[in-house]
Amino acid sequence: MEAVKQQQAPVARAINIESIHRGNKVNLADEKTCIEVKDFNLYYGDKQALHGINMTIPKNRVTAFIGPSGCGKSTLLRCFNRMNDLIDSVRVEGEMLLEGDNLNAPSVNVADLRRQVGMVFQKPNPFPKSIYENVAYGLRLQGVNDRLTLDSVVEKSLKGAALWDEVKDRLQESAMGMSGGQQQRLVIARAIAIEPEVLLLDEPASALDPLSTLKIEELIYELKDKYTIVIVTHNMQQAARVSDYTAFMYMGELIEFGATDELFTNPSKKQTEDYITGRYG
Amino acid sequence: MSNKSFSSWMSSGAPWVWLNAGAVSISLVMVVGLLLLISVRGLSHFWPADLMSISYNEPGKESVTLVGELIDSEIISARQLNRVGVELPAGQASGERHLIKVGNRDYFGLDFSWINGPWMGEVTYPQDLMAIERREWGHFYGYLTAVKQQGEVVADGESTYAELQLRLKRSNQLISDIKALERGEVGKINAGLESIRLERRKLELDNVVAGSVQYVELTESEKVFDDSYKVLQATLAKLYAALNRDQMMVRMSDGREVEIPLAKVVQAHLPNAMTVPEKMAVYVHELWKFVSGDPREANTEGGVFPAIFGTVMMVMIMAVLVTPFGVVAAVYLKEYATQGPIIRLIRIAVNNLAGVPSIVYGVFGLGFFVYFLGGNIDELFFQASLPSPTFGTPGLMWASLTLAILTVPVVIVATEEGLSRIPRAIREGSLALGATKAETLWRTVLPMAAPAMMTGLILAVARAAGEVAPLMMVGVVKLAPALAVDNLAPYLHLDRQFMHLGFHIYDVGFQSPNVEAARPLVYATALLLIVIIIVLNLAAISIRNRLRENYKANES
Repeated sequence: MEAVKQQQAPVARAINIESIHRGNKVNLADEKTCIEVKDFNLYYGDKQALHGINMTIPKNRVTAFIGPSGCGKSTLLRCFNRMNDLIDSVRVEGEMLLEGDNLNAPSVNVADLRRQVGMVFQKPNPFPKSIYENVAYGLRLQGVNDRLTLDSVVEKSLKGAALWDEVKDRLQESAMGMSGGQQQRLVIARAIAIEPEVLLLDEPASALDPLSTLKIEELIYELKDKYTIVIVTHNMQQAARVSDYTAFMYMGELIEFGATDELFTNPSKKQTEDYITGRYG
Repeated sequence: MSNKSFSSWMSSGAPWVWLNAGAVSISLVMVVGLLLLISVRGLSHFWPADLMSISYNEPGKESVTLVGELIDSEIISARQLNRVGVELPAGQASGERHLIKVGNRDYFGLDFSWINGPWMGEVTYPQDLMAIERREWGHFYGYLTAVKQQGEVVADGESTYAELQLRLKRSNQLISDIKALERGEVGKINAGLESIRLERRKLELDNVVAGSVQYVELTESEKVFDDSYKVLQATLAKLYAALNRDQMMVRMSDGREVEIPLAKVVQAHLPNAMTVPEKMAVYVHELWKFVSGDPREANTEGGVFPAIFGTVMMVMIMAVLVTPFGVVAAVYLKEYATQGPIIRLIRIAVNNLAGVPSIVYGVFGLGFFVYFLGGNIDELFFQASLPSPTFGTPGLMWASLTLAILTVPVVIVATEEGLSRIPRAIREGSLALGATKAETLWRTVLPMAAPAMMTGLILAVARAAGEVAPLMMVGVVKLAPALAVDNLAPYLHLDRQFMHLGFHIYDVGFQSPNVEAARPLVYATALLLIVIIIVLNLAAISIRNRLRENYKANES
């Protein structure tokens, strides 16, 4: 009986989220701009991976990127915090403005940029350290070593990632002993500990079980008050549930971008409709 | 029918399994056999063996009594026996001969002799036969007759043995007092005088006028040392006089009675009268003396402590040198250098360095470290003591450095391997939090690669501890007068030469004047070297396992 109850509860809540979300009408024209992408091209060596992307990511909203594998959605996401710099052969053209400043400008300090634009990856990647040290990592990088400050930030971040109650008694234990879903929320806590403006989520729930996925989705919904969230997902239900805006990409091009309700119920492009209705493999 | 079953057996893969298992078994048997051989040969040496008294009748000569310890027996053919004059009864194709340790080298000339079995008469094990371990001339076997003090008999008959043990205890105590004084106080005074000599030489080099204040000060402090040396000398003379007080009288197997000063005796036992627990106590004591004592008699007797100390010291200094160097090199090759043909070439070169014969490194160490680096260091910093070299001569530091060069490829390869096994996700996770590449390396990647570095270090230690050839050129000696660590500033003397177990084995086994006496020590020392290498490795492995536990990340 107990187990059945526990299983039902998140499902009920998830439906709840959806209903709240559905009632929330949004309009791109009314939003403040967080990131603006202008005529953006990206090449891996000679191969062009992104073709003339133009879009604006609205502030304090959840924007989802959907599209088939290899369409360039992760590549675009990784441009927002310049993770693609790690790949030698990558070359970019066009502008990408974060709060009005070109984030590819030579004067930009990449470490500072990544502090403003946090990122969570597909697979949970906690460091092999204690739970506490994982969350404190970003702060320690900035030279914050004061115990009281760290304690309060760790608690706040873990609460923010809805993980505090589960781990408050074992903060000094290794993060490697947590479940996958807990690890992913820890990684989110780690990212929000340094208070970024933007949070990039690269398929954050694809390696998790359905229950953990629901928890992550719930978390995303709660976090959007404070952060601009960009999420890449393969799961169209997930995009529909958590996002305010959705971008559909195909073969390195942005096909359609708009309010999630619009895009899912009344897509303006044939390709989008085909994809949503499952006519693409 | 049988043909078919054979071919089906072949195709079942069973022969392949048998072949593999066979290879493993043979290797195992060889390793276990090796360990058993050196353990048995090495460890049995310390057991207080029973002493035989043999009446030996060589034809045409007077019958003699031989006293000693049976070391070895072998069966040889009648023809061989015939050559030394033994006539075997008709029909007997072979006979025995025995190796007896008869001791008393200063009286008999040789302390081992082969005797022919057919000439042996009655063999007895007298209870009062005594084995005496002496500081010089090896063992002495005989019957205790009296104990003397200043030439006067103080004990004979029943109480002699008890009296002897009492007085031996006293003389051994005196000897260790004298040694402590000589090593401690006298050593300090000598070091002080040497430093004054160097100061004076420095003044001369700086062209300070003779008779100036500095010289007077030096002369004064020299006088202080001289005075305290005189006091010490008096104390030492007193101690030596006390030490030379007692003697023992012992009758040898041929009836001669000789006097042995107790100052020359380490210990004396009646092995035939001892019970097994008593023998065991002696055995443990002997083993301890071997591990903790200084060598005597051209390394064929006494302990090997300086060699153990030198080996461990050298390996540890090498580890301290090689780890940072290898890790830094690997980090550059793997993390920073642009991967291309040049880096590939360097990597191949590094891998091949591991295959260069170690003696080549010895030559390099001698030429580059000792003569070039050491010579220049001497000219820059130790000019006063020239022409006698300080660092321009083989020593502990150069030996450690040479071995560090020898083992650095192992550390580089292992560290690179470890670095490449760190999941990309971990690095990206760190970078995404605003860490620079260097911060990511220091805070996350290097700690996670620590187990791999330890693996490299384990391999390096295993190789270095067993290496002898290059060391013979850059610092190992047969007998080092002092350990590399002592109570004189700067406490760690990297310029000193040292002893090494591997070289000790070679020296005792092949360079010693008394091969028979040294043979068991070769086995014992080999066993000890293996034990030390195993201990060093186990220590490193346990550290690595702990690190592994701490830095286990999600499988990428």
